[in-house]
This record gives sequence, C-alpha cells and structure tokens, in this order.
Amino acid sequence: MIAQEIHETLKGTFGDAIFEAKVDGVLDPWIRVAPDRVRDISLFLRDDGRMLFDSLMLLTGMDYTKGRLGVVYHLYSMKWNHRIVLKTEVTVDQPHVQSTEAIWKTANWQEREAFDMIGVVFDGHPDLRRILMPDDWEGYPLRKDFQVPEFYNGMKVPY
Amino acid sequence: MGLLDQRFENSNILITSADSLLNWARLSSIWPIQFGLACCAIEMMATGASHYDLDRFGTFFRSSPRQADAMIVAGTVTLKMASRIKVLYDQMPEPRYVISMGSCSNCGGPYWEHGYHVLKGVDRVIPVDVYVPGCPPRPEALLEGLLKLKEKIRSESLAKKKSA
Amino acid sequence: MDVTLQKEGAVADVDAGRRPATVPGLGRALRAEEMVINMGPQHPSTHGVLRLELIVDGEIVVDAIPHIGYLHRCFEKHAESMNNYQQVIPYVDRLDYVAAMSNEFGYVVAMEKLLKIQVPERVEYIRVIMAEFSRIVSHLIALGTYGIDMGAYTPFLYCMRDREHVLDIFEETCGARLLYNYMWVGGLSHDVKPNFQDKTRDFCKYFRPKIAELNELLSYNKIFKERTAGVGVLPPEVAINYGASGPVLRGSGVKWDLRKNDPYSIYNRFAFDIPVGMGIKGRVGDSWDRYMVRVHEMEQSVNIIEQAVEQLPAGDVQSAIPKRIRPEPGEVYVRTETPKGELGFYIVSDGTASPYRVKVRPPCFVNLSTVPAICRGSMIADVVAILGSIDIVLGEVDR
Repeated sequence: MIAQEIHETLKGTFGDAIFEAKVDGVLDPWIRVAPDRVRDISLFLRDDGRMLFDSLMLLTGMDYTKGRLGVVYHLYSMKWNHRIVLKTEVTVDQPHVQSTEAIWKTANWQEREAFDMIGVVFDGHPDLRRILMPDDWEGYPLRKDFQVPEFYNGMKVPY
Repeated sequence: MGLLDQRFENSNILITSADSLLNWARLSSIWPIQFGLACCAIEMMATGASHYDLDRFGTFFRSSPRQADAMIVAGTVTLKMASRIKVLYDQMPEPRYVISMGSCSNCGGPYWEHGYHVLKGVDRVIPVDVYVPGCPPRPEALLEGLLKLKEKIRSESLAKKKSA
Repeated sequence: MDVTLQKEGAVADVDAGRRPATVPGLGRALRAEEMVINMGPQHPSTHGVLRLELIVDGEIVVDAIPHIGYLHRCFEKHAESMNNYQQVIPYVDRLDYVAAMSNEFGYVVAMEKLLKIQVPERVEYIRVIMAEFSRIVSHLIALGTYGIDMGAYTPFLYCMRDREHVLDIFEETCGARLLYNYMWVGGLSHDVKPNFQDKTRDFCKYFRPKIAELNELLSYNKIFKERTAGVGVLPPEVAINYGASGPVLRGSGVKWDLRKNDPYSIYNRFAFDIPVGMGIKGRVGDSWDRYMVRVHEMEQSVNIIEQAVEQLPAGDVQSAIPKRIRPEPGEVYVRTETPKGELGFYIVSDGTASPYRVKVRPPCFVNLSTVPAICRGSMIADVVAILGSIDIVLGEVDR
C-alpha cells in the first residue's frame, strides 16, 4: 500500500484521531496522530491484513522547542514491504503519550530512552525509568534548553 | 638491566641496593586489571595479541582488581562509571599504578565540549602515573607508555613514600 | 514462583515472570531462595561496561536485567552542536568502534539521500569494499572474544593476527587503524593507494583458508558445541517483535538482510548468499547458529570484495563533496546492514548548516533488549554464552 492509501484507511477507521499528513513530496511520508490514541492505531496497523506493520524500526523523542515535544515512530512491514512514519505532539506541561510496548516489544527500551533524553512520559509502560543516564540525574539532556550541571556527585562536569 | 649485568664471580652473591632489586622485580611484571571501557580497549587487545605482544614485557591481564598492580584506563570515563572506577582503584593493593590510555581518559577527548555525561579526564577521580595520548593510541604508543611507567618505577625508592 | 530447568529444546516464554523494576536502595520482596548477583560493569565477559543484574535461584537464572549507560557519550548532543554535517563523522565512527567504516557508510548514505547527491562510481565501489572489510574485522573480534568467553584462548590470537592484515590496508589508505573519518558526505577523504587492488586480492587469497582454520580450531570443537548448541534459543517471531536484526535475526532462521531486502549503494550488483541459522547442531536460533552465521558471513564478504575489486572503475573520489552542506528543511531515515545488524540514521534538518536532530537506531541496543527474554531459565554460565553470541559493542548501545 502506498502512503496515501494508508492515510485514507486510517482516517476511515479512526476519524478525528488522525491529524494532518504529508504523503507527497517528502522522502518519508508521515501522518500525525493524537497522542492518546496511539495504542489503538498501532494495534490496528500491526494486525490489519492490509497493513501488517510488524516491525517498529525506530522510536524517536523530539524537542520541537516553544514548549512542544514529540514522538516519531518509523514503522515497516516485512510482509508487504511498505513503510510509514507516525508522529505525535505533546506539550512540555502534559507530555503524556500512550505506550506501544505491548504491541512491539522493541518499544520497551526505546520508550525508556525517549523518556530519559526528552522527558516524554509513556502511559502504560511497565517499567518507565531512566536507561542511559544515572538514576539520580536531573533534567532531560536532549532538550534544547538543557543546562549542563556544574557538579555531579562531587565531580566537576564541564571542562 | 644493571642488576643482571653483574657477573657472579666465585660465590653466588649479588650486590645491589634493595631499591634496585625491588623496583626491578616490580617493573618486570606489571599485571594490569582487564579493564577496557571503549575504543581504546580494542587497541589494548590488539597490543596484547600476537602482533605487538604485551607478554614479552611481563604483562598479563588479570580479571580481578585484588590481583592486579596496574590499571590501564582505556576509554571514555562517564559520570556513571566514575564511581565504579574509584571502587576498583581502591580495591587494588599497593603498589598500584595507573596508565591513562587515550584522549578520553586524559582530558575528555573529543567529548570535551558538549559531553554532559563524560568525565573530563580520569585524573579527576584517581591519580594517574602515565598519560598516553592518541585517539586511539597506536599499540606502539601504549607500549611506550608502559616503558615510561617502568622508568618511573625504576626511580622509586623505599625511603621516599609513594604519594597515594 | 516455580522455575523449572529449561530443557535444551524449550522455547523461551517471554511474558512469564514479568518483574517490577529493581529500585536501588529500597528493598524488594525477595524470597529466601533467590539471590541477586551482579555481573558488574567490570567483567571479563561482558564485552564492555555492561551491568547485568542476575536474579538466580541456585544456578538457574530467574531474570537477567541489563543496566546500561556506563558509556553514554552524548553522541546526539554533539551532533546537534556541530557547525557542519561533516564534523559529525568522527563521532559516528565511535559508535560501533569495532567496525567504524560501517557506521560512516550508514551516515553518509543517509546524508546523500537527504541532499540528493549522486556520488561517483569509484566512491561507491571503494565504500562497499571498505564496509565489507569492516564486516570481516568486526566478526573476527566477535568470534575471537566469544572463544575467550568459552575458555578457548588460541582462536583469539589467530583472529587478531588476521585482523592486522586488514588494518594494514586501512592504515595505508586513510592513516588510521581503528577510527578512520574516511567516508565523507559526497565522497571519501583520500583515494586508495595504487597497490590497493593487489593488496586486496592477496588478502582474499590469504584469508579464505584461515576461515577453514578457524572452523577447525573452534566451530566444531566438542566443548564449544556443548556450551553453545541449544543454548539461548530465540524464536523468530519473538526476534522480529523485539526488533532484532543482523546475525541475531538470521540465526533464528529469518532470511533477512538489508543488503538484499532493502538495497542501498551498489549492493545489487554483487552475487552473494545470506547465511541463515538452520539448527544443525542444536535448535534453530541457538547461540551456535548465531556464531556460524557470522563465520559464513565472513566468507560472503570475501566474495563481495573480490567481485568489487575486479570491477573498480577509475575516477575522482572528491569531485562530489559539497563545499557547503545546507540541506533543505526535511528529514530522512535510512538503514544499512552493519556487522551487528540494522543501523539506522534519522536525520532532521531545519535548513541551517547544523543538524537539528540526528538519532541513531543502534542494532546492539535493540539486540541487547532480547537478553532478558532469552536468559530466563538458563544457567549462569549460559548467560555468558548468550551474551557473546549476541555480540554487543557498548559504544553503540549507549551512544
């Protein structure tokens, strides 16, 4: 299926949970969805016979500045050999996105990393804690306004 | 080696200073702890392999810090790892030496400017004896660092207390 | 919780015994028979600074929780802070530091797709040759250290000896043994030396019998088979769901290789096979299968190198390197097949000369997440065998 058809099928099934999409003129066509419907949409994408997106290639946390964060999902179907990109956007004050860990197990660690680096909270993740940074680290390093701390546990951090 | 050049004349008596004997014994068999962190660890493994061969210098990697007398910090030291390095260093019995291998453990390396999780030099947590520059240093450079460490050990003395 | 010994053919049940997180400092309700053993960041067999928290019931592992982040070197922050897309390449090298050319290949292919640049043919051929050399180098280290983990010290020295020949070729070409900064966006930093083709052909002739030697030394050794065959079985559906790729996925019987299934560069011009695990010695998807997939991949890499070096055209390797890289606002995700698996680069550009976001999809990170599922029910010594067969490089796991 091409991206246009995927977009139309999703819009037909989920209606107003599907926001804008850009399927022409870009290298990777993308569809923006509501952050509180991500799990249903992902389950549909994985199990529906025409879609069969059995592989979540990459889950990225993004900082879009101006108080907006986002998550980008790159999906691929090994059976039908088609790809699609899902995007969601949340605010810094309410950074909650539904977790897709139950659908693709690979999302378990990748969501933990997005939480660690950007601060997006995934509802329904069984074990959401920091994965790369130490457990007592403060701040989300990949945000654009992150300030490097002067000291950490008695060690000077900057050069 | 000054010690071994002395010939045994009639009786099997060797005359040297206790310092020379002790230092010769220590520098001829430096046993580092098997402790590679990052890319420099691969070059350390290559130095230990047959092409460059550390074994001819008396060096043999030990798995446990309790049985080692040197630590070659090969690779980037992160803030999460720094406390573990301190624990490992404390577990080593004296006399113990540290070779800092590579730019990352010398001074933070290529990550000095924007690395929020990189410790800019392992000498911020443990005292270092020899610094080997490079990213990663060639095996010959590591061997040079090892030889410099041997020179340093040769100049030690029981009379002067080694500063911890 | 009743834990029975996983028999050799049993399939790992991934959802059994899901445990709550271990909170450092606070107590967990531990039963009297279980013990928490730490395979700490400094361990001879964890291939780097990986901490495995093993919860064991006697000798049987009830759960294995990996703790990573001990080598987190802030790659993505550095990529965002560079003034130039070319300056990111030395950092990309240091991700999977064992096979640095493959990482560079992934990044430059992604950038060239974003910028819509076509590189000269000579550049494509040299890149493929270098990437396949780095595949051989990476697998030699993987197999050598796997032998050490199993207690065999000799194959490691043989593998390192063969690796030195490849490093000589790398050093003649670009001056460095391990981390090269060789492939640039739009071309290469140096052209190869005039004796490159002869040296490469000599190496291929030299190396083929060495693979047979490695098989004699290690692969069919009785002790090695006992320790790896039937150990750590990863079923194919589980592997796909967890996102495993590379030899881990192919060892489970899934014939999936990005060089054939999602081709990039000029791989469609070469004839080579995709080795797949077939369960010859134990069960499909065990550690021996993953090991043998790597051995066969080395043979296939030699095939590709021989074909590429025969067809190597003349040309200028620096003619397509752009003077200033300022892509239009947009994003791209490109994945390539490195020795560890599927390496992806998601590059977002905002129209300036500095990248907005460079996200790496590290194969080792995703492959390592399968370890808790595979290790449940095995013994502590089997954890070492499983970890070695997954072949992780912490530089890539932690970035």
